[in-house]
Amino acid sequence: MGEALVITSGKGGVGKTTSSANIGTALALQGKRVCLVDTDIGLRNLDVIMGLENRIIYDLVDVAGGKCKIHQALVKDKRFDDKLYLLPAAQSSDKSAVSPEQMKKIVNDLKQEFDYIIIDCPAGIEQGFQNAIAGADRAIVVTTPEVSAVRDADRIIGLLEKETIEPPKLLINRIRTSMVKKGEMLDVDEVTNILAIELIGIVADDEGVIKAANIGEPIVMNPNSKASIAYRNIARRILGESVPLQQLEEQEGGMLSRLKRFFGARA
Amino acid sequence: MGRRQNVTIKGTKEGLLLHLNDTCAFSDLVKEIEEKLFSHANVLKDSQVVSVRVHTGNRLLTSEQEDILKEVINPKKNLYIASIDSNVILKEEADRMKRESEVTVVSKIVRSGQILKVDGDLLLVGDVNPGGKVMAGGNIFILGKLQGTAHAGCYGNEEAVICAGTMTPMQLRIAGFIDRTPDRTEPANESECAYIQNNRLMIDRLLVLRKVRPNLNRFLEGGLSNG
Ligand SMILES: Nc1ncnc2c1ncn2[C@@H]1O[C@H](COP(=O)(O)OP(=O)(O)O)[C@@H](O)[C@H]1O
Ligand SMILES: [Mg+2]
Repeated sequence: MGEALVITSGKGGVGKTTSSANIGTALALQGKRVCLVDTDIGLRNLDVIMGLENRIIYDLVDVAGGKCKIHQALVKDKRFDDKLYLLPAAQSSDKSAVSPEQMKKIVNDLKQEFDYIIIDCPAGIEQGFQNAIAGADRAIVVTTPEVSAVRDADRIIGLLEKETIEPPKLLINRIRTSMVKKGEMLDVDEVTNILAIELIGIVADDEGVIKAANIGEPIVMNPNSKASIAYRNIARRILGESVPLQQLEEQEGGMLSRLKRFFGARA
Repeated sequence: MGRRQNVTIKGTKEGLLLHLNDTCAFSDLVKEIEEKLFSHANVLKDSQVVSVRVHTGNRLLTSEQEDILKEVINPKKNLYIASIDSNVILKEEADRMKRESEVTVVSKIVRSGQILKVDGDLLLVGDVNPGGKVMAGGNIFILGKLQGTAHAGCYGNEEAVICAGTMTPMQLRIAGFIDRTPDRTEPANESECAYIQNNRLMIDRLLVLRKVRPNLNRFLEGGLSNG
């Protein structure tokens, strides 16, 4: 029986879809059987980033509505043998075309066959969000080091507290070391101080990510980029390995100094 | 016919004190008040404002009955009804008073969009994040950082205070008073408190509370030992 992991954020454009594609691909590269599920109905783009859009026949709404069997809708990624599949979102319907109950059933069915179900969540806190988290066992909250994104991530973490889901993990995306050094961008410490949940990874801002998205080849397939290494490490942490944060993921000292402060405050 | 008195009127320095019998019918009280006050009418000059306090013994008036009483006592609006008191209160009122005097301890982070509300005092072992809100009928004590909004005395108690380990709120409210973030770049390096003084919301070191809110020390009696 597999595990379902939702990638969510509240705010749009912070890297949910990018992270879903790359974490899913990285897990497949580690030999796991993975199914990506795009729940951003009406604004799908996980298929584009994966380079699979011209192979879609059926979609999530068709499966929910009983128009086809799950297997008929799954798009196989031929680059990964039998390891990586995508259940695409519908491009034309609206979010209310699928209910949380239907999502739960679909995700449960997928869990019988796959090791990991990676659910790409739409922005917002309405029905699309409710659908995306309905079948999830775990959650990764993505934020960028911007005040507004952190605020929305905080809101999402609060909403997830009400669900029967494991405490979410935090992914900080698009960190720019140069800006942090100049004090023009929130640093990792400032973000984790507010959100106060466990950090699962830090991904640098990397042009390669955009290039890779445009050619439909997730950045993790290129082993040399910073972002690729970060996503591979995140996948390993999901698998339970304890991988220390890389130098370029920076500020390992952040957590440590926070602990020190905590104990200092008690003394 | 020697009728038993249901209404006794006493003149005091502050004004009139009306004692109402609590065993007779309410309508009898109304009748008797009308009679008695009418016979005193010549004593009460129109120009003079007289304060009236009413005590109803073990009778609990409904708000309609209170309105009727105010009407009969003061048909010409030249009296000032300072209070209507009673020895008894409703059970629901008693429950509310109990809740409002209790301290609720909560250990969590109040996150953006969340509202945590208690009727009495709130002791939060955690932070209030930006966009989060805590409300209390009484005082609010936050052991962590206050970065969101806190509203103490939310039912109108202006004596209520807000204390926080780090006081960097988006907004502070006490009863009807509102204050936005204090204008300072660096938060103080110590716990602080907020309270109302001279119709202004003040922020200061915890130490000053001992002076401005001595009643905070509710449980201190016999509890502090210097042994
Ligand atoms: N680490 C990164 N470095 C550079 N660009 C990124 C990174 N992560 C995401 N992006 C870009 O940001 C944009 C939004 O990302 P996307 O994954 O679609 O966000 P979301 O799904 O949260 O709306 C895309 O153009 C994507 O290529
Ligand atoms: Mg997206």
